[in-house]
Amino acid sequence: MKWMKNLKTYTPPAFTVIRDDYRCIRCKACVEQCSFDATFYDEEENRVWNWDANCVSCNRCAAICPTEAITIEKRDYSYRRNYSWESHIDSLKKRAIFGGTPVVSMGNDKPYKIYWDHILLNASQVTNPSIDPLREPMELKTFLGKKPHNIEIGDDALKTILSPQLEIDIPIMFAAMSYGALSYNVVEALGRAAREMGTFYNSGEGGLNKDHYKFKGNIIVQVASGRFGVHKPYLDVGSAIEIKIGQGAKPGIGGHLPGEKVTETISETRMMPQGSDAISPAPHHDVYSIEDLRQLIYALKEATEYTKPVIVKIAAVHNVAAIASGVARAGADILCIDGFKGGTGASPQVIRDNVGLPIEFALAVVDERLRNEGIRQDVSIVASGGIRNSMDAVKAIALGADAVYIGTAALLAIGCTMCQQCHTGKCAWGITTQDPHLSKRVNPDIASERLINLLKVWALEIKETMGAMGINSIESLRGNRLNLRGIDLTDREMEILGILPAGE
Amino acid sequence: MKIVKINEDNCIYCHLCEVACVVEHSQSKDIIKAFKREEKPTARCGVEFNYPLSLSVMCRHCDDAPCMEACQNGAMHRDDRGYVVVNEDKCVGCWMCVMACPYGVIKRDTRRDVWGLSTKCDSCPDRDVPACVEACPNNALMFEEI
Repeated sequence: MKWMKNLKTYTPPAFTVIRDDYRCIRCKACVEQCSFDATFYDEEENRVWNWDANCVSCNRCAAICPTEAITIEKRDYSYRRNYSWESHIDSLKKRAIFGGTPVVSMGNDKPYKIYWDHILLNASQVTNPSIDPLREPMELKTFLGKKPHNIEIGDDALKTILSPQLEIDIPIMFAAMSYGALSYNVVEALGRAAREMGTFYNSGEGGLNKDHYKFKGNIIVQVASGRFGVHKPYLDVGSAIEIKIGQGAKPGIGGHLPGEKVTETISETRMMPQGSDAISPAPHHDVYSIEDLRQLIYALKEATEYTKPVIVKIAAVHNVAAIASGVARAGADILCIDGFKGGTGASPQVIRDNVGLPIEFALAVVDERLRNEGIRQDVSIVASGGIRNSMDAVKAIALGADAVYIGTAALLAIGCTMCQQCHTGKCAWGITTQDPHLSKRVNPDIASERLINLLKVWALEIKETMGAMGINSIESLRGNRLNLRGIDLTDREMEILGILPAGE
Repeated sequence: MKIVKINEDNCIYCHLCEVACVVEHSQSKDIIKAFKREEKPTARCGVEFNYPLSLSVMCRHCDDAPCMEACQNGAMHRDDRGYVVVNEDKCVGCWMCVMACPYGVIKRDTRRDVWGLSTKCDSCPDRDVPACVEACPNNALMFEEI
């Protein structure tokens, strides 16, 4: 009776697994790889079969199949066409059947306009020669942190005392993804790649496994509202401390690690009971104002003897510019803005799909506001949430960011297919799971190599584009909106982005 | 001498090593034909599983190979590459080698023409890297010097 549907809990499957019987050799690799109980083998019938209702289209079976016998197809709606209702019929039914709001993962998947794709880059011709990055030096090194308003030089040396800076060789860092959301091997791979590429990975809010203290010098540690795993050695091991106020995928909502993923090692790292949901409060209960935030920032600075920059991460929301101004004045060294395309390990669907702002707008208005107020040098800006390729990074930097965070892109590099099942803890690619058998599917040697390759290729692509623009240092690209032109955008949109239309 | 090194931390229990072994030791060396048209040769590696542990085990080509000691008529011998292999012309199917092997990696061939004879990993004499190693998607099997 295991494979029989019941009308009481029935919603039509979203995907169909099609198996070419001529190609299928019954090797059962797909059966073993499916972690969602969607594939099974019947000895008596010598048949490999699928329970489509359980299929999440993670494509693990199709990828592992040695004869390419498997294709997964999206099932089309068989309901009568109804433009306004058809995509809501099943989600409404699910709420009615299960009596809970659906939790989802990854970023906002709704077809909102992607502004990166409506921004064009410039290139030099004749008057300002373009530069060949393979023949001439190109500078991508970036320093994140508070810069002085002016500097004093005396006795042949710098007299001004500089704030602590975060030095990165490429303006790309790995975004906060906690150990708990990610498997041990993925964190290991991120750490190794960050070390190799001279950049940082972010521990996320789940503390730091004792094995990963070895990445000291390449870790940003996060302090979120749940304060999981925060103690003195944890703060000390980070090169910077990030206070997470909000996350682009779920502004106004705290972190959520489903109890299925809180295993023994996770509970030890997070200092919380095994098997219980790790739910961070929506606000920090000691931060109800900019003044409170200032106290927290300085408490953390005091705890680390003013040796580390403090990052404040906020979600892109409607009045983000004013909030960013407050954060800068509260004493943050680095401001991270997370757009609504940013990913998550678990979020209520309604929040993920409807709350927040595109990072392009948030970045543009924050940079503009801080410049107008004369405090842009007080904070570095890190853009995050939906940086899909190196050109998004270039455009973000030209819009005013100092560096970008990549999270989803990094996971894609090590196998993720964006099936949005992170919250189930059953990730068939071994990335967002704590099942020791599943998490073996990420080999840290292979994964770190892929991440390093990705960053190297992106760095080269950034250099190529900069060279084309006649720029040989990332510093000269920063906030250089004259190199951007909008296409298929309204006047108002371009006004907010602070860019000219194509052709002007 | 190179040998297949097993790293159980990376084994994902996909059985592709077994599939590759069957294809390599088939007549056609074509995956569909090997499994569906020919008499399927026995896979010489086998994936063991005890949650969460899994690992593929094949002949270790021991220095003091107990199977060679046990073989009564010299079928089990060391070839000029240094690997322990079976001479099917000499094997009589007494399975003493199967009994003696500490790893349980010597199997009984199930093909009709060689029914009951011993079969085991021959470290793929026609290839630079054994088929199982090449097929492993997660580097759980590596062909390395010992």
